Amino acid sequence: MADHSHGATSDGGHGDHGFAHTTPLSLLVGILAVLLVLTILTVSVTSIDLGSQGNLVVAMIIATVKAGLVVTYFMHLRWDRLFHLILFLTSVLFLILFLSMSITDRSEYDRDLEAFRQSQAQGK
Amino acid sequence: MSEPTPQAEPVSEGSAPPPAAKADGGHAGNGHAHADEHHGHSEHPFLAHHFDTPQQQFEAGKLGIWLFLLTEVLFFAGLFCAYTVYRAMRPEVFVYAHYFLDTRLGAVNTCVLLLSSLTAAWAVRNAQLRQHKMLMTNIIITIACACTFMVVKYFEYSHKAHDGLLWGPNFAPKEQVWELPGFKKKHPEAAEYAEKLAHAAKEAEKAPPAAAPAPAAHGTKPAENHEPAAKPTLEQVEPLLAAGLIGEKAENPTGVSRPRNAHVFFSIYFFMTGLHGLHVLIGIGIWIWLLFKARRGVFGPNYFGPIDYAALYWHLVDLIWIYLFPLLYLIH
Repeated sequence: MADHSHGATSDGGHGDHGFAHTTPLSLLVGILAVLLVLTILTVSVTSIDLGSQGNLVVAMIIATVKAGLVVTYFMHLRWDRLFHLILFLTSVLFLILFLSMSITDRSEYDRDLEAFRQSQAQGK
Repeated sequence: MSEPTPQAEPVSEGSAPPPAAKADGGHAGNGHAHADEHHGHSEHPFLAHHFDTPQQQFEAGKLGIWLFLLTEVLFFAGLFCAYTVYRAMRPEVFVYAHYFLDTRLGAVNTCVLLLSSLTAAWAVRNAQLRQHKMLMTNIIITIACACTFMVVKYFEYSHKAHDGLLWGPNFAPKEQVWELPGFKKKHPEAAEYAEKLAHAAKEAEKAPPAAAPAPAAHGTKPAENHEPAAKPTLEQVEPLLAAGLIGEKAENPTGVSRPRNAHVFFSIYFFMTGLHGLHVLIGIGIWIWLLFKARRGVFGPNYFGPIDYAALYWHLVDLIWIYLFPLLYLIH
């Protein structure tokens, strides 16, 4: 299925059948149903205490599952060229790099900040 | 680039039709304005002259839109970074501020966007299969959902502006967080206790004018002169502590005040949802344009790229909201 778009540069035989994959309607509706269920789940799970970071982790896992469904089926990456998937994952990779680098760096300025606060407090 | 030249002629596929054939516009019947540019492609009236086949044209556009989406992810990455770093540094600000957001409205908007994502994906299918009526219907539903989203956002924004929940120096909440119905419902004991503390602090400030410290707008209040009534219970203290309303000395809190720099949350909130809302507005514009295009019946199995690209963009906007919703509204 995935490589139907590679060989056929000569459009000749395709005619009115199109050249891209058509996602079945039942699949689209099913994905929406799953997405809505996950939305309800993520709202309701908020009221349960899962520890200091537990709720955030669960919410992010649910969001990522939802995002995966949207990307795979709604954005039909499942049937698309592999290169487009690589493009998308590259952006996600750089997003993760960006966030993780920043988060490891976040406490580096605490001393300067503290000094600044103290100088401000003295100024008052 | 220009009219057919002898050099351009061999580019067209094997059987180059006579010049007369190019005017008939092909099966879509709408070739008029463009027909002249598409010399040699009479069966595909919407094939730009620099592409050999509709498929090549589609693939080129598809690569383009994916590259664009990649930049969009990185564009939003900056804001997600601001969010992540600030939440890691000051979690209490986020706990404090999230009581001001209406989870219900956020959830409604999530569902509305998800529904519009379905209709956008469905519209691609309609375009591919030349289902003219359904295509129009799905585009209209998508636009309607996007408008609903913006209307809900408008009510949220105006409500926040009214309550003084704005960014930076404009942040001046009219209500204390423990007075909010959401807080009261979640932590009734803590709300009562906070009320008592605030009252006591006010009294203490009034009684000994000399001893009272300058009312600290931010940070914890070091008003140590009040006698603690009874040791507060965990239910009373914990939500207040988590929201940064009382200082570290939970054993003997003497006053309540909102956490320092709470306005930063609203800067992040407005920037993230605002940029996302701008994307929704642009999406509405794109869909309206496509609605007019679709009405002319131009889309079919060989020409559905514009619908597909718009849908991909729309899904990305939905994708960003999928993360924004739990990050902003569902803070535990």
